Amino acid sequence: MSETTLGGIAGRMPKFIRRADPAVLTAFACIVVLLLLGSLYSRSFLSPEYLLQQLKVASFLGVIATGMMLVILLGQIDLSVPWSVAAGAMMACAAAAYGPAGVALAIPFGIFCGVLIGIINGIGVAYLRIPSMIITLATNAVAQGLMVVYTGGFSPQDSATGAMRYLATGFAIPGVPNAVIIWALIGAAMVFVLTRTGFGRAVYGIGNRERAAYLSGIDTRRVVMIAFAVSGGLSAFGGVLLAGYASKAAQSMGDAYLLPSIAAVVLGGTSILGGRGSYLGTVAGVVLITLLQSILSVMQMPEAGRQIIYGVVIVAMLLLYGRAPASR
Amino acid sequence: MKDWRYWLTEQRGTLLALGIFIVMFVIYTSNHPAGFTANVVQTAANKGVLLAFVAMAQTLVVITSGIDLSVGMIFLLTNCLASWLVVGTPTQTALGVLAVLAVGLLCGAINGAIVIYGRLQPIVATIATGAVYYGIGLLLRPFPGGSVNEDLADALTGRVFGVVPASLVVLLAIVLVIWVPFSRSVLGRAAYAAGSSETAAYMSGVPIRRGKFAAYTLAGLLASIGGLFLTFFTYTGEAAYASGNSYTLFSIAAVVLGGVSLFGGKGSAIGAIFGALAFRTIGDLLFVFDFDPLWQPLFQGVILLVAVSLGAFALFRVRNRLEWFL
Repeated sequence: MSETTLGGIAGRMPKFIRRADPAVLTAFACIVVLLLLGSLYSRSFLSPEYLLQQLKVASFLGVIATGMMLVILLGQIDLSVPWSVAAGAMMACAAAAYGPAGVALAIPFGIFCGVLIGIINGIGVAYLRIPSMIITLATNAVAQGLMVVYTGGFSPQDSATGAMRYLATGFAIPGVPNAVIIWALIGAAMVFVLTRTGFGRAVYGIGNRERAAYLSGIDTRRVVMIAFAVSGGLSAFGGVLLAGYASKAAQSMGDAYLLPSIAAVVLGGTSILGGRGSYLGTVAGVVLITLLQSILSVMQMPEAGRQIIYGVVIVAMLLLYGRAPASR
Repeated sequence: MKDWRYWLTEQRGTLLALGIFIVMFVIYTSNHPAGFTANVVQTAANKGVLLAFVAMAQTLVVITSGIDLSVGMIFLLTNCLASWLVVGTPTQTALGVLAVLAVGLLCGAINGAIVIYGRLQPIVATIATGAVYYGIGLLLRPFPGGSVNEDLADALTGRVFGVVPASLVVLLAIVLVIWVPFSRSVLGRAAYAAGSSETAAYMSGVPIRRGKFAAYTLAGLLASIGGLFLTFFTYTGEAAYASGNSYTLFSIAAVVLGGVSLFGGKGSAIGAIFGALAFRTIGDLLFVFDFDPLWQPLFQGVILLVAVSLGAFALFRVRNRLEWFL
């Protein structure tokens, strides 16, 4: 629809713009607008240090949104992000308390817990055919319950290991934060999987029409389950990084990542109905959300205002390009 | 088949929820130190009714095969609003109640407009509007506080004739005033039809848009009644993010327990009410058995997980494997 309306203008544009998704272009345009607005507000907004700092903050959301994107491409949704993040962080920190072996295994153990949550989601969605938003809400509640029992309702005292801190805050390459490198690696892997492997094709196929994918001989249930496991694992890894960043885990650290991760994916032009979307869009969505958050906090907007602006911006942008086709 | 058997099949989910509730409530009261007294029933009713209102709200939307992840936040927002407005003289209080209900109605209408006329997916749209409602609630009450007309609050949370909890009477009245007329009206039928098969309903000329819009709007109203009652119980307003989230979550659990199909088109708000009461009673069983309250979130989560997994039994009836993919 939008291609036909943009056809006249797009004909005169360079080829690479013509080929790009209008949603992704809109998202990048919004990023530029936000940067301009920010630079009007404060001179230091466009400085490389500040932008790099933003990219570092964005990388936590980026890792989590990568998993969310995989699930949304299937036409499903993962609402268990908040406590997958918290469980990953808490369990990694908890493992660190068990001697040198625990310290060494802290990161894999945290990710493993997230994968476990994801596998339960996957079994529920793929094999038991429970609507994803319901089963993921339920596993989120169970994960929360387990963490509350484990921590006694307080934020745990265990602190992050040196490796976690290094991953989140260190500099392996001078000037480039490790978190950004990790996001880049995960993003590159995701792009490879989505565009160059059978699994990626299957994900897009299932998102378009699971029946057709099944009839074409794809084991759709296994693909769905793996996607949820990956999403859970990446959420937990995001939690591990966050714990490294803050040097410990906290009770509700994941709550702030559910809406932004969905918003980042959807604002990046990935269809919430599944089957359509590119990772470039998700990157744009993540940067967009992070910049928005950053500007709001620079303006010292209270939490209430941030929530309202968030919600309004997401609804407004979705109304711009995320609408379902009119019925018939 | 005879008429009564049709009726029985139609009401199976509701009756099952009623059964679960009765069994759980008998276990609860027989193990409660105070036993089956008016006080115990009143306390249980007051806790249960809050969730019952939110669950009714969720039911209306779920019937249209949508979902409203903002019910808990509408509930919070109206609680915060009520702690400002429902005070003073009887006239002021009445106006305050009306204003709170109107805000609930408006929140529901906004959800409905975005989902139906804006053609956005209900999950994302209501998560986003939920954030907005929570933000407004937080603006109204950055810190817990406020007050409420205590005469009205005590009257509505007390007992009628010394026996029957007043909150249950209000719940019954709301069912009779809102749910029964809605489910029997053309719009209610349209909401069911849209949930059952939107294409078929559209082709048959059923006013699906108006039906769905009415469902979302009334859901907002019901959530705001829940918010009012929360204010009557606590005498304060508080914008607690976790509390709003858990009400949304529990409303889904209650709806599922109450035999409402998450795919839409099946179930009734009465079932959801019993589902809500059963869910609350199960959650409180831990207290009468002297468990550490720390276990309650886990326990409720597991109940929710089991409840939603029960729907998977329908898979045994699938004859053609393509029916896996709706």
